[in-house]
Formats: sequence, C-alpha cells, structure tokens
Amino acid sequence: MSIVSALKGDLPQQSRSLYRQLLRQGTQFNAYNFREYARRRTRDAFREHREVQDPRQVQDLIQKGLKELQMMKRQTVVSQFYQIDRLVVEGGMAGKETGKSGEVSRQKDTG
Amino acid sequence: MVNVASSALRQASRLGLKQSLSSTSTRTSPALSRVASAAATRASRRGYVSQTKRDNAQVNVETAIRLDKKDFMNDKAELVMPGSGNPANATVSPMAEVLKEATLMDEGQRPIYLDMQATTPVDPRVLDAMLPYLTGVYGNPHSRTHAYGWESEKAVEEAREHIAKLIGADPKEIIFTSGATESNNMSIKGVARFFGRSGKKKHIVTTQTEHKCVLDSCRHLQDEGFEVTYLPVQNDGLVNMQELEAAIRPETAIVSIMSVNNEIGVIQPLEEIGKLCRSKKVFFHTDAAQAVGKIPMDVNAMNIDLMSISSHKIYGPKGIGACYVRRRPRVRLDPIISGGGQERGLRSGTLAPHLVVGFGEACRIAYEELPYDSKRIKYLSDRLMKGLLSLEHTTQNGAPDHFYPGCVNVSFAYVEGESLLMALKDIALSSGSACTSASLEPSYVLRALGNSDESAHSSIRFGIGRFTTEAEIDYVLKAVQERVTFLRELSPLWELVQEGIDLNTIEWSQH
Repeated sequence: MSIVSALKGDLPQQSRSLYRQLLRQGTQFNAYNFREYARRRTRDAFREHREVQDPRQVQDLIQKGLKELQMMKRQTVVSQFYQIDRLVVEGGMAGKETGKSGEVSRQKDTG
Repeated sequence: MVNVASSALRQASRLGLKQSLSSTSTRTSPALSRVASAAATRASRRGYVSQTKRDNAQVNVETAIRLDKKDFMNDKAELVMPGSGNPANATVSPMAEVLKEATLMDEGQRPIYLDMQATTPVDPRVLDAMLPYLTGVYGNPHSRTHAYGWESEKAVEEAREHIAKLIGADPKEIIFTSGATESNNMSIKGVARFFGRSGKKKHIVTTQTEHKCVLDSCRHLQDEGFEVTYLPVQNDGLVNMQELEAAIRPETAIVSIMSVNNEIGVIQPLEEIGKLCRSKKVFFHTDAAQAVGKIPMDVNAMNIDLMSISSHKIYGPKGIGACYVRRRPRVRLDPIISGGGQERGLRSGTLAPHLVVGFGEACRIAYEELPYDSKRIKYLSDRLMKGLLSLEHTTQNGAPDHFYPGCVNVSFAYVEGESLLMALKDIALSSGSACTSASLEPSYVLRALGNSDESAHSSIRFGIGRFTTEAEIDYVLKAVQERVTFLRELSPLWELVQEGIDLNTIEWSQH
C-alpha cells in the first residue's frame, strides 16, 4: 500500500499539487527546526527548478518529490509520538499562547 | 508435612504482601467480580448459533486504511494515544502531566540549540532510512549463509559507497568504527606501533590545537617510547608550513593535523600539508570530524592517507564513525581491536547495520545538500557575526578569512564567559569543546593561539547548522546584546574601561 496517492492532471498541475502537499505535510513536524527546514527546503527546491522545461526531467523531479513526501508522512507521525516542549523562539518573542481563533488566551510572565 | 506447612506459610505471606501493596486492586475487585458474574450469567443464556453475515470474517479495508493520524488527535490538535495515557510517564504522579500541559505554550521553555560542533540533531531523512533496520531487517551483515545476512550486507555496502563518494575515496578504503575518537586512536597508535616496531620510525608530529583524543593518544605513545612534536600554531590558528617542514624528520612516522578545528573553526591548508607529507614520504592523518560534509573534501586531491569521520556531526546517529585508510600506496596499521577479522581485520566486531545505514544516508544527504547548506550557513553566520562584532570590545577568534562559517567563536572582553553562558540559559551554547566544558579551565586551543587567560575565559562558540533558522539567530543576537551589556554594567572593570583607563597599566595593591 502506498501512503501517497498518485498525482492527477498534466505536469504543471501535478507539480503544483506536489508543492502544496509537501508544504502542508511539513507543517506537521513537531520540532520547530524540522518544520521550518521542511518549508524552506521545499520552497527553495521548487524555486531552483522553476525554469526546467524538459518533461522527462520534470517527471524525475516529481518522483523525487514524491519520495520526500512519503518520507515526511512517516516522519511527521514519528515526531508526533514524542512530544517535546517548544523552543523559546516559537510563536514570536512575546511568550503568549494563542487560542483556536488566533486570539491571545494566555500571556507568560517573561520577567 | 514440613513441605505442606512451609508452602502454606509462603502462600499466606504472599497474600498479605499483595494486600498491603495494592490497596487499589482490592478496591476494584468487587466491581470486577460483579462484571464477571454478569458475564457468566449472560454467557449461560447465549445461543450458540449466530446469524451468518457475508462480511463477518473480513477486514474492512476501507476503514483500516482511513485510520489516519487525525484519528489520534483530540480537538486541541494534540496527539492522544489510544489506550493508556503515556506509558513512559505512568510512574510519575498524575499532577506532573497537568503541569507539563500547562507549560506547553506557543512559546516554550526549551533553549535554542546552537552547539552544532558538539553534536547535531538526527535528520528525519536519516531516521527514516534507519527505521527498517531497527525493526524488520535485523540480519548480521557478516552472515553469509542466509538472506537475512545478505540484505544487511547489501545495505552496509551501499552506505559505504555513499561515505566514500563524499570524500572521493574507494568504498573498500572505508573502515567503520565507533566514532572519530576511535578512528583517531586507531590511526595514530596503529601507524606508530606498526612502523615503530622496527625501531626506526619513532616520531610523531601534531599540533597543539588538536582534539583531546589525538593529544592523549600521542601522550600515551610517549610513554611507549615515541617522540612527539606538538607544533605551535600562529595567532590565527593556522599551522606555519615552514615550521611543519622543519619538524618532519627522517624518522617521522605520521603527521596528524585536524582539518577544521572544533573550537575556532579554522580550516588548515590541507592540500599543502598533504603535498609536503607525500614528498617527505610521511603518512598524513587528519581528524575531519568537523569537516566532512561541511566543506568539500577529497582524499586524493589533498593526499590524505588516513582520515577520521564522525556520523553525529553530520546529522547522523551517534555511536558510529569511519576511518579512511588508503590502499594505494598502502597504509599499514596495527589494529587495536582484534577478533573476527571484519573490516579488513583492522576493526573486528559486528557492524551495527542501522547505524551504518543512518551514517550512509547522512553522507548521501550531505553530498547532495553541500552547496545549499553552505550557502545557507554562510548567510546565517554573516548575520550573526555582523551583529556580534557590532558590540563594543568583541573579537573573533581564529583566522577571519579561513574558517568554517558554521563555527563562530567570539570573545566578549570584560565579561566572564561562564557567567554569560549562565545568563544565556535559553540558548544552548558552549565556551569550548564538550569534553572540557565540565571544567572551568580556559580552553587550551585559545591559549595556544596566544590569547590571554581573560580573553580565553570570555569566549563563546556559536555553532550554526542545517536546521538553524533566521528567527533563532535574531533571538540570539538580541539576547546576547542585552545580557552582555547587563553583565558589563555590573563589572567595576568595565567602569574603568569606560573612563579610558588601560587595565594593563593598573597596579593592583594586593595581588
């Protein structure tokens, strides 16, 4: 069983879909550094290969992306199993906890 | 008779023990028995022929696969394991969990990790490659008689190729060890002992800024009757080539100079050293634990004969490393560990396939990502360096134009390094190598550069890696700026400096 469903549509559509899936999956990492890296690396990799026109090469790159996506699907689950407290930089520098709709529900006394 | 009595006594005491130990279980037992009796009565009334349905014995594939991660999440988007809470915390009081939940805010309590020279986090891609070898594929890679062994061996050989590719070597020249320390010991002691046996080559050249394990191996060899030259380095941390050439004698067996220093990040001129050693027919060993995967390395271009590599410095698992041992011209060593003859007989002992695979994957990623990572680390390092050096009385240690940007070592004058580290509790930093961070002694590397005790005491090393973010660098800059200013305000020396008094001219009345 493959945990990644096949991409549909023509090549540009496929790559856009892959890009979105990679970004969405990356936000699921529990660790701040991995989350940020996944986002940055995905974006930079797609920007780097923006000019690629050759369909064969695009196909290769999509295959590589799919492999990374599979890896991320597994590893994000693993990372969620072992919850560790967040880093001091997360959520800005203000020390607050935001509620579901984005309002500040609690403020930490940073003294 | 005696037997019966003793067994009865034992039983009675066991019962008493049970009762005293688990008062909770006695509380629940009546309820349990009631349930049991109810079940018994229901069972007696149950009909034995049940209705047959078409799908009764089949697994519903649709729902089995749909069981996604979302099914393990509660409404707060936190992971909830089915069944018990967290088995790891089962023994801790229930209040601890509540308190832990309370501190889990958007902004947490964990310090930022900026000590990438000590160790690095394991890359998720590396862990992903390792997991199969920790679960299903458990064969001994040296087993030649069955498929379990073959699949492990194949994975090990693939990993070996990745490592060899990263340093431009042949896969057969890679020897797996437990880490760079073992590789260093193996190389230096091995070569020295092998060639010292004849009594002709009994001299070793190394530098004063080497890692402790190299220095200690050399000291150990001194006790065995070898002669060791500890070369001093220049003020910027680089080796003086003329001095090195003068130090190499006809009876020199090996020269050991590290590629990238772990404390100041200085990159030694490896190519020149390699060429010099080759021309003098002396073996050249380099401790590249901090260099491989971070700067381009090529053992053939640099004429390196032996090289130590560590896995956990390049986002791999801890507990494994490798030693590159050249085959042509062949380097011969006396193995430290003897046994089954694995790894060309140089390092016997069963390999750990999961660690080897993780190490190989880490090397593969490092090879692919080297240009991207170096660009990124250079950018972050410049940002950090600019911010730190814009403070007054701060200096960078080591050669400013010849260092690995991921290792920034800065001295903050008139501030005690250890107190600054204490003040920066929200940032994981170190004032030197992890091995010596327990002692308050100033770093011997910085002393070897000719820094004063005060300057060595006030130095802090910032390690930047693949997963460091810009927000972290900005946070660190802000924190360091604030707290250095605060600590200096406390210091009477700083007041004198502000008044324009040179501290060296002061004659302290009681000393």
